[in-house]
Amino acid sequence: MMNISRRNFLKGAAAAGVGSIIPMSMVTVEAEAGASFTFAWVTDQHLQLISGPGAKFVKSWDDGFKLAISEVMNMRPQPDFCFFGGDLAQAGLRSELDHGMDMWSKTGLKVKAIHGEHDYFLDMGKSSRAAYGMPADNYTFVHKGVQFIMLTTIRAAEDWEARHAKDVQNRMNQMMRIDNYVDGSAFRLGREGLAWLKKTVAGLDKNKHTIVCSHSPIQKIYNGWNFWTEDAEEIQAILKDLKRVTVLYNHVHQPMASQKGNISFLSNFSTAWPWPHVSTVADATMCGDGAYKGCAKGADYYPNLILPYHRADVANFRDATGWSIVNTNTGGKFDVSVNQWGDNPKRHVTWDGKLKEVGAGPATKAQTMY
Amino acid sequence: MMIRKSTLAALGASFILGLAVTVPAHAEAVRDTAKWDREYKASVDRGDGLFHGGIKSTNEVACVQCHPEGSNTHAETYPKYQKQLGKVSQLWEMVNWCVENPLESKAIAADSADMVDLVAYMSNIRKGMKLAPGKY
Repeated sequence: MMNISRRNFLKGAAAAGVGSIIPMSMVTVEAEAGASFTFAWVTDQHLQLISGPGAKFVKSWDDGFKLAISEVMNMRPQPDFCFFGGDLAQAGLRSELDHGMDMWSKTGLKVKAIHGEHDYFLDMGKSSRAAYGMPADNYTFVHKGVQFIMLTTIRAAEDWEARHAKDVQNRMNQMMRIDNYVDGSAFRLGREGLAWLKKTVAGLDKNKHTIVCSHSPIQKIYNGWNFWTEDAEEIQAILKDLKRVTVLYNHVHQPMASQKGNISFLSNFSTAWPWPHVSTVADATMCGDGAYKGCAKGADYYPNLILPYHRADVANFRDATGWSIVNTNTGGKFDVSVNQWGDNPKRHVTWDGKLKEVGAGPATKAQTMY
Repeated sequence: MMIRKSTLAALGASFILGLAVTVPAHAEAVRDTAKWDREYKASVDRGDGLFHGGIKSTNEVACVQCHPEGSNTHAETYPKYQKQLGKVSQLWEMVNWCVENPLESKAIAADSADMVDLVAYMSNIRKGMKLAPGKY
C-alpha cells in the first residue's frame, strides 16, 4: 500500500504545472498507514544576490527552487513539513535567506532546517538561525514517534575560525569555495557539538527510528570538495548505540547512499546545479600525481551503494537537479524517492535494516564516472 | 719554469675558454625552458583565478560553482559535437556558451589572453589524460 502511495506522490510531483489532482483515495491510504508520514526534502538552493541597486537574484537558481516549490505544493496529501538541508543562501546574506523563505512561504509548509556552510560563515549562523527559525545550531525534535537530530556539521577547525574571526567577508569567501586548496578547512561537528550529541543520544529511546540531518556527509568520502566530516568516526561511534539510524546529508548535489552497520546514509540533489561524481577528478591526475594538496580520499570514498546518474546535459539547466520525498513508514520500511529533473531516471531507495535501490535502471559506468 | 708556467696558464685559459663557450649555451637552454615553464604556470594560475570568480560576469556566477576543481570540463575530449552549439566545437566555444548562458555575460574573444588562460587551467587539470577527441 505504501508503494502505491509513493508512486502517487511522484505522479503529483510530475504533474506539477498541468494541474492534475491526486486521487483522494491516496489520502485514505496514508490515514490507514497510521504512524507513517512523509516530509519533503529540498536542499542546496544557493539563492544568489547580484550586487548593485535593487534586489536581483540569479535567475537559474531561483528557477530551480521555484520548480521544487511548485511540485511540493502539488503533492497530495501534503507532506507534514519540509527539511531544508542547508545552503539556501549562496553568500550567507540575510537578503538571500529572506528571499528564499519568502518564496517558500506560499507552500504554507513548516521548515525544519540546518545550516550549510554558505548560510553560516558570514555571521556564524546568526542570519540563518533567524531566517530558518532554528532554536540552536544543534537541536532535536520528535515527530510522530520519529526522533530527529539536526546537526551543524559544517564548522571549520578551531584555529581556522579563530584566524578568520575578524575578516568575516574573507571567511565567507574562503568557505564558499568548494575546491578550496588555498585557505580552506575540513568540515566538522566540533568539540561542543560532539559533547551535545553524546548527551542528546543518551537521552533518546534507543529502539526508535532516529533520523540525523547533516549538511556534510558524516563520512569521509573526498576532502577536496569537503565531501567529508573530520570527526565522522566520533559521530558514528555515538550513533552506534541507537538501533536504527538514517543520516540524510546534503552538500554533494547528487544522490549517494551507503550502509554502515546500524546507519544508512542518503544524500540528495541540489535544486540549483549538479556536481559530478568525485571520481571524475579524484581518480584523474589531480589526485593521482599529488599535484593537488587538498586531495585525499577517505575510507568511504565509494559509497557501497552508488546511485549512478547520467552526466548532466548542460543544455538543460535543470538536468541532474531535483529534490526528494521521504516516507518514514515507521512500520519497518523507510524510503526516499529522489525526484530528479531532466533526462535522468527517478531513484527510489528503501531501508528496512538493509539499504537497497528499487525501480530505476542504472546509468552506464561511463556515464557515471566520466 | 716560467715558460712552463706560461704554457700551463695558456692551456688552463683555453680550457676555461672552452668551457666559457659551451656553458653559456647550455645555461641559455635551461633559462629558456625554465621561462617557458614559468610562463605556462602563470597562465594556468591566471586561468585558475578567472575560473574562481575572476570573470566579471553580470550575475556574479563563477565557473567553479558547477565545476569544482575544473571537473566536467574534460579538455581532452575536444573538438567534439556540442548539442547546445549544434556543431563540432573547440573548448573555447563551450567556455563561451557557459559565459553567455549560466554566467549571463558577454563572450570572451577566442584569441584573448583570458581565454588562453582559461583553456590552460582546464587543460592542466586533465594533464596525463588520454586524448579522446569527440568523446561524450
